[in-house]
Order: sequence, then structure tokens, then C-alpha cells
Amino acid sequence: MSNHDVHVDAHYELRCRECDRAWGNQPRSICDDCFSPLEVSYDYDGVRAAIAQGRFSREAISQRAPDMWRYAELLPLPRGFQPSLPVGFTPLFQAPRLAECLGAGAQNLYIKNDAVCLPTLSFKDRVVAVALSQARAFGFDTVSCSSTGNLANAVAAQAARQGFKAWIFIPADLEPAKILGTNVFGAKVVRIAGSYDQVNRLCSQIADERNWGFVNVNLRPYYAEGSKTVGFEIAEQLGWRLPDNVVVPMAGGSLITKIKKAFGELIQLGLVEDKPVKFFGAQATGCSPISTAVKTGSAEIEPQKPATIARSLAIGNPADGHYAIKTIKQSGGWSEDVSDPEVVDSIRLLAETEGIFTETAGGVTVGTAGKLYRQDRILPEETTVLCITGNGLKTTDVLAGVYQAEQPIAPKLAEFEKYLQQTLDVSEIAGTVAREETTGVGA
Amino acid sequence: MPITVQIPTALRRHTAGVGSITCAASNLGELLSVLDEKFPELKSHIRDEAGQVRRFLNIYVNEEDIRFLGGPSYAFQEGDEVLLVPSIAGGSA
Repeated sequence: MSNHDVHVDAHYELRCRECDRAWGNQPRSICDDCFSPLEVSYDYDGVRAAIAQGRFSREAISQRAPDMWRYAELLPLPRGFQPSLPVGFTPLFQAPRLAECLGAGAQNLYIKNDAVCLPTLSFKDRVVAVALSQARAFGFDTVSCSSTGNLANAVAAQAARQGFKAWIFIPADLEPAKILGTNVFGAKVVRIAGSYDQVNRLCSQIADERNWGFVNVNLRPYYAEGSKTVGFEIAEQLGWRLPDNVVVPMAGGSLITKIKKAFGELIQLGLVEDKPVKFFGAQATGCSPISTAVKTGSAEIEPQKPATIARSLAIGNPADGHYAIKTIKQSGGWSEDVSDPEVVDSIRLLAETEGIFTETAGGVTVGTAGKLYRQDRILPEETTVLCITGNGLKTTDVLAGVYQAEQPIAPKLAEFEKYLQQTLDVSEIAGTVAREETTGVGA
Repeated sequence: MPITVQIPTALRRHTAGVGSITCAASNLGELLSVLDEKFPELKSHIRDEAGQVRRFLNIYVNEEDIRFLGGPSYAFQEGDEVLLVPSIAGGSA
């Protein structure tokens, strides 16, 4: 098969998550009967048959192109769909130096690195890829979203690639790199003087009036399924086994529930062995409605007004919060949150130990993981995966002032020797001193 | 206390297509009673079995979530615009 062939044999349709009413396939996210969210459900017998016939076995999957479309049978893709981009299948690797700092076993801590997801360097590329497949099938010529930034980038880029018009609604105070990274694709960017929750509310009203494909409103059930590919990849990249723990950043709370759904599907289909996995949610203290509910034992969300540098997670009224709480509690996991200074420290820690530059959401995840190890909620010997969902080049503003610009020196060896001597006098960098000892430089 | 209530498209099949009403209600409880009376079919869609507003229905007053204003204890002001909006999400994760 070519790199871009996908096999879609499974049937799927929308069902209400609460009352189970079936809604077929249409651009809709809400059950009219009980106002609850809709979710895609599958005919798993069709998938089982594909596995039995060897078309969707572990081996068959491993021979497919290295992108998220290798799991097409478990995604809601229209018949005849041809992907236009190799989205997903981002690296999963051990993080021994970070593990040492967090108190984890060197071989047991893994990073799932969606900071390098294509095409726009966040996990949102996955959900948008699925949503636009349905936008095309439903005949929309315009796609849209409310966004805290990463989704804006992903919708704008993939809309450009596929020839959709794009209208993107964002809070006016978004990071400049995320606004520029949306403008550049030719999307119409509408800045709203308000919080993300207000932008979101406005978009649900606009979706009522316009015949647009809002990826996170009327296409939301399909869109959300794209998140499952993070879970499929983690399992496959661990050698078709599940980890003991997953630490996931939470904004709307969807990703953590979809990773759980992905693991559940793999177990149900016999593609991995059943085992307990604990789900841990990470939030910024300045916007922590889900972690607050978990820590106080509440099953419901009390909305908050966000005040955090982690703007990609700044959703004060998370729509999937209820399900995220359920996922965490039922798994025996936990949720924690970290302050803005801890977010910055954690961004630096991940960069300095593993060479990964993540955005603020990644800082939230790493900082939260550190807390969970210190609380013995995650044990060093357990296999633990941290989900890094975005790239630090989009949120460089939070590091402003952390690094001082050095005075330039003349391009002369003597000047450098002088500079080195001065640097060594105040050096806190052990590696630099070791280098001096072995090479004799700087004496 | 005249206030305006905007009804989303998803619920208009239970209101004979009516998208907006003006009514007198001094708080959320009274507003729900007015809606129950005016649109009996709507009741089971916006309230759960215990009579509470359904989990995934958000209520805004002049663009502010009513829970930030005191929820059921908020006293409507003349001219308030009330929005019933389904709960949806986005963001980074």
C-alpha cells in the first residue's frame, strides 16, 4: 500500500454520552434531548474482523506509514478519505536525565513529544486532521474554531493545505507567536476582547447562525477522536504494551479521556494486554478547575477565571472536566497543579536535561510530574509517560528576562581568553570546569 | 423585572421555533419556572431528573457565567440578557 492509503472498514456514528441516543453522522456536538455531548461510537466487530484477517494486526499496523493514519480503522474517517499530510507518530523516548531530577527510575520515564507534531508543532494537528476530513465530507467550504493558540495554528495551516477558508477566533491577549503563526496561513483572525471561555461561548452562538465547520463546536465529536492517536502511539511505541502511568495536561479535559478511550479500545480488541493504567492530570494553579475538583473530592467543576501564563490551558469552564475527573478517579490517579514560576522552571528543566523546548503546557506537565513523584503518587519503578503537547518556540515571551543578553567581545583570541577567565570566576557550570581540567584551557 | 432570554437553535424545536423571549423573573428559579410554563416540552431538556439545570447547559447573564454572579441567588436586573449555551471546549489539551 502507498504511504497515504488508509483502510476504513469500521462503521461509526454519533451517540449521546449520557442518554445513548444515536444521531448518525452529522455536524453536531450536542444531544438535543439532554444537552449532553455526543461521542463517536464504532462497530468494533468490523475492526475485529480486520484484525482477524491480518489487515489491522500489530504487524500490519507496524508496516504502515509512520503517521496517525495507521490507526484509520479506529478513527471516524469518511469512506475514500485520502490524507493530505503525515500528521502524528511523534517520538516516544526515555528521559533518563529528567528522571534523575524528578526522582524517577532512569529507564522508566518516557516523553511523548508532540512539540514536533506536524504541521504546526502541537498535538492539535491530530484533532484538526480528523475534523477537516469530516468538514469536507459534510460539504463545508469554511472551517473555524475558538482557540487558545495551538488549535488556531493547526486549523489555519491545514485549511490552507486543503483549500478551506478559515475563520479563527482567539482571545486578544494571546501570545504574539501564536497569532502570527495563524495569520501567516492566510486565515481570518478575529481577536476577541475577552477570555477564552467568552470566545468559546461566542463561537457556539456563531455556529448556530453560520454554515461553517467549527472544528471544536459542531465537528467536535469527530475532532476529539483524533486525540486517541496519542494513546495508540504510546502503546505501539512501548512495544504494544500500556504504561503504568500517564501524565497529561488538561485544558478542556478532552485529551486525558481520549487517551483512556484509546487504551480501552486496544485492550478490547486484543492489541495490548489488559492492565491498570493510572491517569494523572496536570494544570496551572492559576487555572485549575479540574485539579481542584479532584483534590477536593468533587465530581463537578466549579468554573474559574484563569490567571496563568499557561494560556493554552487557560480554560476556566472545561466542557470535558466532568469526564476528566471521572477518568482520573476511576483509574486511581490524581491531579496536581503548579504555579507560574514552577512552569518556567520546568520548561528550563526539560530543555536542559532532555533537549526539548516545550511551551507552557509542557512546563505544567513536567512540574506536575515532579510533584507526583515527591508525593509518592507515582513510584520510580513504574513506567510513566509524560505528554508534551506543544512547542516552546510559540511561548518564548514567558522566558523574557530569564536570560541576560551578553556583552559582545572583540573577535580576538586574547579577548576570548579574558572572557573565559571572567566566566570561570563566576561559573556555576560544572561541565565547564571539568573541561578546563581535561584540556588545560583557562589556567 | 423584564429580562430577555435567548434560546439556542438546538432547543428551538421545543419552543415552536421561538429564539428569544422577554419575561419577568427575579432569579434563575423563577426564570426556569417561566420557561417550564411557556414551553412545557423544554423542561426535560434543560433540567435533569432532580429538577436541576443540566450539567452541560451553561447560563450566561450579559455574557458572564451566572455561577460567577452567585448562581441561583443572583437577582436579575432590568434589561438583563440571559443566554442558554451548550458547554463546549477547546484549548491545548
